[in-house]
Amino acid sequence: MTKLRFHIRFPEEKIPEPVIYQIGHEYQVVTSIRRADVRATTGWMDVEFSGETEEIERAIGGLREKGVLVDPIELNVVE
Amino acid sequence: MAKMKALICRECSKEYPTEAFHVCELCFGPLEVKYSYDEIKEVMSRATIEAGPKSLWRYKELLPIEGSPTIGLHAGMTPLVHAKNLGAFLGLDELYIKNDCVNQPTLSFKDRVVAVALTRARELGYETAACASTGNLANSVAAHAAQAGMQCYVFIPGDLEAAKVLGNLIYRPKVVEIEGNYDDVNRLCSEIAGERRWAFVNVNIRPYYAEGSKTLAFEVAEQLGWRAPDQVVVPMASGSLLTKIWKGLNEFKKIGLLKDVATKVNGAQAEGCSPIATAFKDGRDFFKPVKPNTIAKSLAIGNPADGYYALKTVAESGGAMDAVTDDEVIEGIKLLAQTEGIFAETAGGVTIGTLRKLVKQGAIKKHDVTVAYITGNGLKTQEAVVDSVGRPFRIPPSLVKFEQTFGQQGAA
Repeated sequence: MTKLRFHIRFPEEKIPEPVIYQIGHEYQVVTSIRRADVRATTGWMDVEFSGETEEIERAIGGLREKGVLVDPIELNVVE
Repeated sequence: MAKMKALICRECSKEYPTEAFHVCELCFGPLEVKYSYDEIKEVMSRATIEAGPKSLWRYKELLPIEGSPTIGLHAGMTPLVHAKNLGAFLGLDELYIKNDCVNQPTLSFKDRVVAVALTRARELGYETAACASTGNLANSVAAHAAQAGMQCYVFIPGDLEAAKVLGNLIYRPKVVEIEGNYDDVNRLCSEIAGERRWAFVNVNIRPYYAEGSKTLAFEVAEQLGWRAPDQVVVPMASGSLLTKIWKGLNEFKKIGLLKDVATKVNGAQAEGCSPIATAFKDGRDFFKPVKPNTIAKSLAIGNPADGYYALKTVAESGGAMDAVTDDEVIEGIKLLAQTEGIFAETAGGVTIGTLRKLVKQGAIKKHDVTVAYITGNGLKTQEAVVDSVGRPFRIPPSLVKFEQTFGQQGAA
């Protein structure tokens, strides 16, 4: 079991979609939301995904396919 | 004396031991160092500082190490230049340049943060230093690790220019080129930092690393004769430097070394990567990440870790932010070189260009004591100005030709 932490961002058109719910159904990952700020035009969440490493990788790919932006919890680490 | 009390979450204030933690386990907010200012006040004074080494370690009581410094002993105490010529050009009576172009050993302000990060990493028992970087940070980590006899891994994107790769290889770290786009490189580095017991300076050691930037505030206050400037102009990449300059000035006030701090903290970015400055101009308290496209590569962080805190700091201090075009960056580099004899890298051009704008807008006034932070050396980014500095005069080895070319210019 792996736990990985991410900062995910929703573009305006994705705000109404239940993206986190969908990911939990489509992949074998458990999502724990720790902080979030979702507004009418923008939104972000700091989340932890638990599951097998490969399944988390697939879930990240799934999120990106849905148009959601996924970054490490540290944001940009390449300076 | 335990001057470091804890690491504390910037969001929920949960405290952690002073080890290699960087993210709050509860809310995932970033951690920073919490100090016992009452105890520091007892042992730190203007006199003890002035009697200290001519390096950033003269402020070691306010830096996050437990013992004596062991790595990066020559970083800091760079010149604060009263820039009379540039000041006259801009209409400022008291303009100063904090010149980290000459910081030791790798000619950028990163030598400050890396000195602190690796000294602390050593205290925590790390034997390997690492970072993900496209420039100044990699140079500094590789150089300090070489001097300290530490193993070193430097992660770089696969498409980095040859000259920049060479600048790291010379120190003989293990340089790892990662295939893929920036986001892939970024995510892999974060994951590696979580997997290995390495001191990844700007990831798991970040709370300590970032504190090194405070010395840019401490030095300026001391060099100005123990007073805080009215205005500072600070280049922003992750935004951390700007927040730490503000923290440093306020720490000096807290322990009684400064009577008052009314400094306006101003942030500078390049238009091709200005998520923080754009949020400020739009009046937002959050930034929208961008894909960088600017010659100011050392500031090209599209999703800045401290962007939110930089916005908060500037608002709190009553400062401003602005951004400049790449042409204005080049103009800024040339202006600083041609008025003060300081050849800055592109980030310096961003700072000078933004300073110019802020003066024009009336945000910085004639009599304000103003400090512009120049954070890296122009010799590292020569490609940015190579087409805009003209060519040498070419003459045959003949006095007649010389006089024909220059006439009586400069003749006694």
